Amino acid sequence: MFGWSELIPALPEILVLSMACVVLMAGLFTDKNKGGFLVFLSAITMVFAIILTVKDHVATAEFSQELLFNDTFIRDGFGDMLKIVVYLLMIGVFFYAKQYLRQQNNMKGEYFALLLFATLGIMVMISGYNFIALYLGLELLALCSYALVAYNRNDIHGNEAAMKYFILGALASGMLLYGMSLIYGAVGTLQINEISQAIAGQDNDMFLIVGLIFVIVGIAFKLGAAPFHMWVPDVYEGAPTATTLFIASAPKIAAFALAVRILGQSLDVLAIHWQSMLATLAIVSIVVGNIFALQQTNLKRLFAYSTISHIGFMLLGLVGGPDGVAAAMFYIIVYTIMAIGGFGMIVLLSSKGFEADKISDFKGLNQRNGWYAFMMLLLVGSMAGFPPLIGFFSKLYVLKAVVDQGFIYLAVIAVIFAVIGAFYYLRIIKVMYFEESDTDQAIDIGFDVKTVLSINALAQLGLLVILPALFSYCIMVTKTL
Amino acid sequence: MSLQHYLIVSSMLFVISMAGIFVNRRNVLVVLMSIELMLLAVNTNLIAFSKYLDDVQGQVFVFFILTVAAAEAAIGLAILVVLFRNKKTLEVKEINELEG
Repeated sequence: MFGWSELIPALPEILVLSMACVVLMAGLFTDKNKGGFLVFLSAITMVFAIILTVKDHVATAEFSQELLFNDTFIRDGFGDMLKIVVYLLMIGVFFYAKQYLRQQNNMKGEYFALLLFATLGIMVMISGYNFIALYLGLELLALCSYALVAYNRNDIHGNEAAMKYFILGALASGMLLYGMSLIYGAVGTLQINEISQAIAGQDNDMFLIVGLIFVIVGIAFKLGAAPFHMWVPDVYEGAPTATTLFIASAPKIAAFALAVRILGQSLDVLAIHWQSMLATLAIVSIVVGNIFALQQTNLKRLFAYSTISHIGFMLLGLVGGPDGVAAAMFYIIVYTIMAIGGFGMIVLLSSKGFEADKISDFKGLNQRNGWYAFMMLLLVGSMAGFPPLIGFFSKLYVLKAVVDQGFIYLAVIAVIFAVIGAFYYLRIIKVMYFEESDTDQAIDIGFDVKTVLSINALAQLGLLVILPALFSYCIMVTKTL
Repeated sequence: MSLQHYLIVSSMLFVISMAGIFVNRRNVLVVLMSIELMLLAVNTNLIAFSKYLDDVQGQVFVFFILTVAAAEAAIGLAILVVLFRNKKTLEVKEINELEG
């Protein structure tokens, strides 16, 4: 039965929904290029969402589950933790987007409303406990992302990227749905926990296996894992940088949550089948991502291929048993923090009508501004996985989980290609520190964006302080899944 | 008409829509139509299972998919319109500004 008390654990979602509507309306009455108030509203929404989520998390016995709305919605420690990371990432996205849109003289209220609706989609994906809820969250996120990619109406690259993204995204949803319909046919329910009970003991049903394959293909498309990665470089390159920054961060967390809910929680009995599929996807992603990234000169494309290889590492974690899920969760959290920082640097160096998305645009950054060069060094070093940055430890945990499960060859391949991948990260660092700059144009950004970027980059070192606590928290929340 | 017949129809629809997306090298509009067809294949599947299992959830899911498909078509056509305004063509092979 539905009762008002059921609404309380869903308050963050309700807040984000209502504030998205408020921002949409406020955007109408805001002058073009005067979006400061909208950014403030959006960021304050995220702050309140953090407060509500933390309050819920602490008030109920921390790692217990609550099922609401006829069991279609779940609030648990896993969801709470991922949501808090998403809120923090979104605050960063709002500030970078403000900087970028001001530069391009293209600040409109819709942009922030769309970002908030997309956040709501992410939250529903994290908390959905029924295939219908998961699908609705997924589509809410996807539809907003398509619109955000096509945001620059007159930019032909943006239009084309949006079209490709739309077609492949819709194809992925179609695959996922077809898989869901077959699973529904095999077990007769759409409820995550009921599916898990119903399939106990029948792990060879033909419908289930075929459904599982379609679902995995759908999830791999959404994550951008090779060989379903064709859209990733094109969309990253064609989209406005502020949108690329968003697509590269929070939606990855949502796709991870989707994978855990569907594969880990509902189809857990079929783990023997999906483990090998995910291992294949992971290795192909790591190989393809690192090899293709070597020859890129466009930084956005380079980061796109590096995303593919990072997603490979994350999938490798999902192969590694219960500890692996915690390692994968830690990996995706750390990766998204690095990713928004990396794209944030591109935003920082761009100016009106000019996108600093070539590696050569970073030439001699150290002479122009030593502090920003150092920030980029931290971010890129963390992506490459140099100790003692946080990116090293996230790789370490994943590899440890995989080795503990006895998949030593997977770990060996992953490490070899991670080393190959270090080359293109080092090239960025070389260009920044050892080459002459073509321009001595001053870097002009607002104080707020500068602060956000510095916090973002210094987090690569700062998170080390809470590293053991953070990782053991990941283990605790994934245990109760 | 048994369950199998419905499943065969829906899998045929699904395959046709896949062919429409991957084999078709002509017009982007056809790709959008194929995407709609794919969702209809899923709906057929869900309805057939729902009737067969005597369970209402599948039909509820279909309503949601239909609504989302409408929203998706709206966004897809909007992107198509801006693309056409800038490029003056909808040929699939002309859409190649981005390498890859």
